[in-house]
Amino acid sequence: MKRILVGIKRVVDYNVRIRVKPDGSGVLTDGVKMSINPFDEIALEEALRIKERGAAEEVVVATVGPADCQQQLRTALAMGADRALHVQADGVLEPLTVARALLKLIEREQPLLVILGKQAIDDDNGQTGQVLAALWNRPQATYASKLELTGESARVTREVDAGLETLEVDLPAVITTDLRLNEPRYVKLPDIMKAKKKPLDTFTLAALGVEARQQLKLLRFEPPPQRQKGVRVKDAAELVEALRKKGLL
Amino acid sequence: MSTRILIVAEHDGKKLNPSTAKCVACARGLSGAEVTLAVLARDAAAVAAQAAQLEGVARVLTLENPANEHALAAVLAPQIVALAAAFDILLGPSTTFGKDLMARVAGLLDAPQVSDIMAIESARRFRRPIYAGNAILTVEAAGEGKIVGTVRIASFEAAAAGGASAPIEKASVSATLPTHTRFISVSAAKTDRPDLQTASRVVSGGRALGSAEGFRILYSLADRMGAAVGASRAAVDAGYAPNEMQVGQTGKIIAPELYVAVGISGAIQHLTGIKDARTIVAINKDGEAPIFEVADYGLVGDLFQIIPEIERLIS
Repeated sequence: MKRILVGIKRVVDYNVRIRVKPDGSGVLTDGVKMSINPFDEIALEEALRIKERGAAEEVVVATVGPADCQQQLRTALAMGADRALHVQADGVLEPLTVARALLKLIEREQPLLVILGKQAIDDDNGQTGQVLAALWNRPQATYASKLELTGESARVTREVDAGLETLEVDLPAVITTDLRLNEPRYVKLPDIMKAKKKPLDTFTLAALGVEARQQLKLLRFEPPPQRQKGVRVKDAAELVEALRKKGLL
Repeated sequence: MSTRILIVAEHDGKKLNPSTAKCVACARGLSGAEVTLAVLARDAAAVAAQAAQLEGVARVLTLENPANEHALAAVLAPQIVALAAAFDILLGPSTTFGKDLMARVAGLLDAPQVSDIMAIESARRFRRPIYAGNAILTVEAAGEGKIVGTVRIASFEAAAAGGASAPIEKASVSATLPTHTRFISVSAAKTDRPDLQTASRVVSGGRALGSAEGFRILYSLADRMGAAVGASRAAVDAGYAPNEMQVGQTGKIIAPELYVAVGISGAIQHLTGIKDARTIVAINKDGEAPIFEVADYGLVGDLFQIIPEIERLIS
């Protein structure tokens, strides 16, 4: 079956103002709204569109994380994913661990394409897609803003610092999404009801044979330094004069 | 004992990207660091000659291969891994080139990666921003294994070029290079303006510019100032400016001497990209816009009058 695997992560919603715990042990997450990582939502949307075009038959969504992640998997099912896979794991999960778990799912599911967000907006690591492609020994096309499937390969337009780069990658491959790939759909209420009946399988890391190693110790979280509040100028002339005085013009 | 650091040079086949000199500066922040630069290219001579001049570089390794003509992570990564045995830390810039490549290297090496390094505190301890820069995290690599990292280039002053002349050595590695990933094309607007990522002055526009034509007044002012031009995500999404001009968390993170934000409200993800600018100027008709919270100089008014006036005043 032509299958697409989409990896998602549960993260603090992008609208939440982040606060560091006073003891520096982390950021405050109690009672904070949690969502699917926005880039992963774009990944899921792209997979659904590929299926709707008839280029894939099934969209499977997967996550690695604690029990609460099932909320986000249900949301993904409501968006239109056919099945969900939950690899239960607690504590700090490094990209290598997540990629190893996803690789085990790939071996079971044999997808033609794996789509992930380019980075999670919590730890901003931006590694899992590339690490997964390396472990799988398959192509990667990161920062995708356009994706076309052409039989045995995919043509991917990437947002790179120089502009737009186009790559051709043999399938299966790992794609990571950038902002402008698509705009994810909204979930409708009847779909939320339907999603409750869709299959959601759970695994443990141990059952998949993956060890949750922590190679980076998180020593200390701090708030960023604040900028000094500036001054208002009344017009262009005053601005130009102020900048000249500082030697900036 | 010295820490042996390998930096993967970013270049376009002819010129060394300024991000490389920033990586060198980051590496030199560690006392006793021995810095080697690797230039992977089809023909590495020109780039290696530039790399050898960077202050603090002990030597330059070149890896020449026709397959290295375009920077494909899947092709470059196995070659870097083949070099890795002699190094403790492998660094690349936190640009789309380095982010794409280094994590693949980390995967192949089974090594941890520290993304967006803003400071090296010791050979195994680093500081990096998380949550779009709303928190700073100090991490320490456990054990003694290799560490891969990407360098947040806005956090470092470029290492000086010109004074040094490090030896250049040809390296050869045996690595099987995949053919499953093929370069097709790259499209970039040709511009004579300074490079956005390393320019000392940047003028940026937001949705309030109203159209691609509206951006012309910014290009005109920027040319008068010798500045690069950036854009907010909203302006890029609206099609007023191309994606390579986007400044912010998911675009370019920059640290110019002077940043002029024109018609940009100042969403958190945009502010993340300009936090390290030395002086920020905000011009916006909405005096309550969040951009004024971080601006050193704020001017409330109609940008379509103010921008041409500034241009006149500095002509």
